[in-house]
Amino acid sequence: MPGSSSRSARRRAPGPRPPALLLVPAALGLGFLLLPLAALVLRAPWGDLARHLTSPQAGEALRLSLVSASAATVVCVVLGVPLAWVLARVPFRGRALVRALVTVPLVLPPVVGGVALLLLLGRRGLVGRHLDAWFGVSLPFTTAAVVVAEAFVAMPFLVVAVEGALRGADPRFEEAAASLGASRWTTFRRVTLPMVAPGVAAGTVLCFARALGEFGATITFAGNFPGVTRTMPIAVYLALETDPDAAVVLSLVLLAASVAVLVALRGRWVAAALTGGGSAS
Amino acid sequence: MGGGRPHGRGVGVVSGPADGVASGRVDDDGAGLRASLRVAWGGFALDADLDVAPGRVLAVLGPNGAGKTTALRAIAGLTPLTGGAVAHDGEVWDDPAVGVFVPPADRAAATVFQDYLLFPHLDALENVAFGLRARGVGRQEARRRAAEWLERVGLADHTRARPGELSGGQQQRVALARALVTSPRVLLLDEPLAALDAATRADVRADLRRHLAGFAGATVLVTHDPLDAMILADDLAVLEGGRVTQRGAPADVARAPRTDYVARLAGLNLYRGVADGGRVRLAAGGEIVVGHPARGEVFVAFSPGAVALYRTPPDGSPRNVWRGRVVGAEHRGDTVRVRLDGAPPVLADITPAALADLRLGVGDEVWAAVKANETDVYPA
Repeated sequence: MPGSSSRSARRRAPGPRPPALLLVPAALGLGFLLLPLAALVLRAPWGDLARHLTSPQAGEALRLSLVSASAATVVCVVLGVPLAWVLARVPFRGRALVRALVTVPLVLPPVVGGVALLLLLGRRGLVGRHLDAWFGVSLPFTTAAVVVAEAFVAMPFLVVAVEGALRGADPRFEEAAASLGASRWTTFRRVTLPMVAPGVAAGTVLCFARALGEFGATITFAGNFPGVTRTMPIAVYLALETDPDAAVVLSLVLLAASVAVLVALRGRWVAAALTGGGSAS
Repeated sequence: MGGGRPHGRGVGVVSGPADGVASGRVDDDGAGLRASLRVAWGGFALDADLDVAPGRVLAVLGPNGAGKTTALRAIAGLTPLTGGAVAHDGEVWDDPAVGVFVPPADRAAATVFQDYLLFPHLDALENVAFGLRARGVGRQEARRRAAEWLERVGLADHTRARPGELSGGQQQRVALARALVTSPRVLLLDEPLAALDAATRADVRADLRRHLAGFAGATVLVTHDPLDAMILADDLAVLEGGRVTQRGAPADVARAPRTDYVARLAGLNLYRGVADGGRVRLAAGGEIVVGHPARGEVFVAFSPGAVALYRTPPDGSPRNVWRGRVVGAEHRGDTVRVRLDGAPPVLADITPAALADLRLGVGDEVWAAVKANETDVYPA
């Protein structure tokens, strides 16, 4: 009976049983990561879902979050892709240092980022005071401040992803373009960018996800004004005090967004970019 | 030992100017490509003068690591010179001494890279149109001219195919069209046939030869395959360890190799001829029976080791037997290379024992024999 024999062979295939000393903490770790999410899903007021989602407060926060995260993502792409290109393609002194500095916001506590933004762009900040004096522009506590805070925290994700894709892409294609008469800009636009498009897409998705979930820098730099700076994460935090069910529903929405990002990242085109260098091969 | 081995290993023209070799060199007015390539890079130094007149094809033949690709990159501007100069038609492209460097995009040179480097996200038509678009030609006009070139290289049916959907031979043709569509004055070919399997290579080589014949500019072809060099080039420069060790007409270099590398690689019996089935009438005189029937213009090649020498006309299986006079013999490792004048002239590698048995000396008459199945036939 080939069927049953192959099945038993398959069951034996993993070899000796892994030691309990590793298996038990592994299982605990898995539970630790997944059980809170399970609790969120289990305790959600499924019956009232529609009512909570259509409440003005939730709608406002959701709209603001989508708008500000999208705007922040656009800022990150417009500034981050060229920055990644310079880091990957232009040799200069101190490049390793700059590369390290770019990733600081990745590890910096977001609250600290918010404070730093206040000190630069706040009404009495290094640049902010001139913005106020010359243009009458005050950035903090506006939707624009939300975008700035989110972009500050999210841009390193994009730069790291795009730079990785650029470094994985064969620069000889760019030499080929140059030898065919293409300027560096034409080469970038018509050869480099299309070849690292999967990396840019992956970076954009990661960047958007990070911007959508931003809390610390936003509340520090932009504050908490309904409809202006109160994004989803801030709304969740506040609702927990007054209307826990609404907090759970908003959390579910953010969870769903995260899952959507994961699915996008596991998609073939994005996964290829993250694991090694776009379509260059 | 007749003949003897020339001692000079330096740069030099093998044949006298009267043999037409000089016509391949750039004239004093500077027409064509003049390249004095000096590139120091780590422990490696390239030091080679390569001049090519318009309409001529110079093959740079050498082993891996000899600096062939570096030479090509230096002419294209992808690797800056550290010394020397590159100029075309009197226009300086690179001269570190006076601080002139024209970037690759502004040189009237086009390169066919070893692995083609076709843009994977563009179809064949857009790949070929790329250089025109980059130089400011309008989209419609660029596509029209690209389609024309794809038709010329026999790929009219594949304009919409991405490089990944094309065979190696087709990719090579797209790469050639992409280079030639911009009407370059200098064409640079980096191992253009190396990535192809043997069956495709002969066909693509014949096509390449046709396109090179119709190209008015100067061509530099880099290869490690002596057959490519012999068939495709008007002039040959052998590059070893970053230096030119021999240069001249391919046939002359093959018949009078100055280094062991050239002797081993370029020591090839190669003839042009017209095939009619199993027989090829050679331009150099005589006729060769070949293993694979062919028609029309062909090259016939066989290695010196495939040639047997006899004092008296041999009987039996060898299909090709002709008379020749010994004009030289040189020791090359375990064998002796004997040069015969005849119809056709031929190189034969025999053992020292066989040489002793035959008691051969310069001026002696011997019979050369080659089996038909030891010969290769290539379309010309």
